Amino acid sequence: MRLQLALKDASIGAVVAALLFIPLVALRTDVGSAGALVLRYRWADAAILIGLVFLGRLALVLWTGRTGLRPSTSAGPWTQRLQQAGRLAAPAFLAFALVLPAIPGIDRYWLDLGILVLTYVMLGWGLNIVVGLAGLLDLGYVAFYAVGAYSYALLAQYFGLSFWVCLPLAGILAAFWGVLLGFPVLRLRGDYLAIVTLAFGEIIRVVLLNWVSLTGGPNGISGIPRPSFFGLPFSMAGGEGTFAGFFGLEPSSTHRVIFLYYLILALALLTNWVTIRLRRQPLGRAWEALREDEIACRALGINVTVTKLTAFALGAMFGGFAGAFFATRQAFISPESFTFIESAIILAIVVLGGLGSQIGVAVAALVLIGGTEIFRDLQEWRMLVFGGAMVVIMVLRPRGLVGTRTPSIALGKRRAIDGKLVGEGHG
Amino acid sequence: MDRAGIIALSPQDGNFPYAAAAGMASFGATGKHGLEDFLAYALQQLINGISLGMIYGLIAVGYTMVYGIIGMINFAHGDVFMIGAFLSLIAVLLLSMGGVMGGPAGIILVLLLSVVITGIYGWAIERIAYRPLRGSFRLAPLISAIGLSIVLQNFVQVSQGARVKPMETLVPGGVEVMREEGFVVQFAYTQMMIIGVTLAVLAVFTILVTRTPLGRAMRACEQDRKMASLLGIDTDKTISLTFVIGAALASVAGTMYLLRYGVIDFYIGFLAGVKAFTAAVLGGIGSLPGAVLGGLLIGLIETFWSAYFSVQYKDVAAFSILVLTLIFLPTGLLGRQEVEKV
Repeated sequence: MRLQLALKDASIGAVVAALLFIPLVALRTDVGSAGALVLRYRWADAAILIGLVFLGRLALVLWTGRTGLRPSTSAGPWTQRLQQAGRLAAPAFLAFALVLPAIPGIDRYWLDLGILVLTYVMLGWGLNIVVGLAGLLDLGYVAFYAVGAYSYALLAQYFGLSFWVCLPLAGILAAFWGVLLGFPVLRLRGDYLAIVTLAFGEIIRVVLLNWVSLTGGPNGISGIPRPSFFGLPFSMAGGEGTFAGFFGLEPSSTHRVIFLYYLILALALLTNWVTIRLRRQPLGRAWEALREDEIACRALGINVTVTKLTAFALGAMFGGFAGAFFATRQAFISPESFTFIESAIILAIVVLGGLGSQIGVAVAALVLIGGTEIFRDLQEWRMLVFGGAMVVIMVLRPRGLVGTRTPSIALGKRRAIDGKLVGEGHG
Repeated sequence: MDRAGIIALSPQDGNFPYAAAAGMASFGATGKHGLEDFLAYALQQLINGISLGMIYGLIAVGYTMVYGIIGMINFAHGDVFMIGAFLSLIAVLLLSMGGVMGGPAGIILVLLLSVVITGIYGWAIERIAYRPLRGSFRLAPLISAIGLSIVLQNFVQVSQGARVKPMETLVPGGVEVMREEGFVVQFAYTQMMIIGVTLAVLAVFTILVTRTPLGRAMRACEQDRKMASLLGIDTDKTISLTFVIGAALASVAGTMYLLRYGVIDFYIGFLAGVKAFTAAVLGGIGSLPGAVLGGLLIGLIETFWSAYFSVQYKDVAAFSILVLTLIFLPTGLLGRQEVEKV
């Protein structure tokens, strides 16, 4: 009986898949030798895809007995185990991150990957303030990352300011932009806010792209000064006033990479620390209350505008810090690094980690950035898998990987709350 | 139409390939003489703007319909438009190989093929990414939609290649409306076709929504989904069909876009989608005539902005309208006031 049902369902699935895939996969348009478009046939690829859909549906129905997947928000056994392990996992992750450069066999590639992952961890934690805590869906977060990066690059280029002067300035400027952009749009509902922030992100990118006299347009800004070790530059020459010379070390190019690694680790931990502290304060509690029910917040006399603006400004500030770090690490920036897809990736990290969960964001950044970086050879398949993972995780676990949360403040015993019981997202 | 000029505006840089830009460059060289020239130039922009606006309007109807019925922004709708354009391109190539791609019959066949397959894409999208999340918290379907948009873009990039696809013009030429020394106002056949087909499709669509049982079910779901299902309306089916209809309209827009501008790639859906969404918001989201009105306005504003101010910043103009509308006129031109209840 079940087999019959499964076969019928799988056949329907295969027919739909055939209609979907035959035109776009089996018939590929290519520019031919004469300059006109020609069709190339790839029946085998389409057949494989249709076969996969057939087998997938068959297995799904035979295994679950249902024809659809159902989302689950409750804590499964493995999430509970993850939660228990989480108490140990956070210090373990931290210890691992701290000693990573000292582990033998860790070369420059792994350090660069570590820097990349930590940058996204920091961006994820920054956006988590806006999306996870205050419940404001921001699709233009990359704009603040861009503001931070360009602030440092332009200040260094035009005024010769050093990284350590520019880092706080970049954060302040990004926060300023956060308030400027946030102020007019904060009375909008969740999904409108998402589109408006997306529009702002694109506006900033288009301006950076076209204001050639200031930003260099699509060519970007190169030769951005690298950071110094509190005034001691990293140099291969190894003279008196350099980092290697001062500490009596052999000059090596890895010194700077290790320094950058610890710098971004410190910045990320600062973000985390500020977030955790703020969650316990009235402001942080107001954010979370706002996320759950805006009308109730108004009724209780919380100043909604100021509360939302602080979340926006703080999130933007950490984005700006990360941007300044990005600029000094790359020594080259162009508008190409700040496209919408970056915003989507950062948002995916926050959402997949479980909105509002700090450790979840770190794990998601590690999996998504580290995971896709290892599959870099797959090129364009990478983003396909990435988007697919976003959909699948949303469908199966809409609350993200860490579906439960511990209340920030509790009377008596602190208990984990099921994701089902919190209803955020009313912008 | 200067094809090389259009391709030079790389879509990767966020530029909607734009026929008016090429026309404008040649006009700029001849200089502006007197009132007649000014009027001729403005008339040309009006024609360009209306035909572009019709395309935006068709896409915007899909946004506004889905928003009206399930209250979410179908973020992947712009990519459905892109899929429609690609399916039309493939249909054109297939039909010309079979030797039946001549005259209006060929174009109608292309439209039909593209509408049917894109409709199935619309159905599959709803079934896979949105239906399991119905009743979930508010951000879940939106995030799933963003993921799906990435999937669709990269699926087409992998399966069809990342390079732009330039197509031979199928319907060349047009009617000369007016001629001023060196500047010819042309009403291209493709533009007439866009306006004609769009009006016909919208007429059919209006009858569908106002006169048929399906339309009644859709309007009922829009007003109160729970009540509609209590009264025996299959809401799941109605929502599915809403997605299919929205995808079909987007695919008509895709075909028109392909025939008019002749250059597509996997990325055209993003900007077209955001602009069509802007159109839906400007017209008042949830309102079907509003979507078409908004589309026309956005098309006109964008065209005139590019013609008189700057082509580089035309996307900024469209985005700024979105922001300004939401701040000063959140219900749009034809929208209803929404009251949030506790």
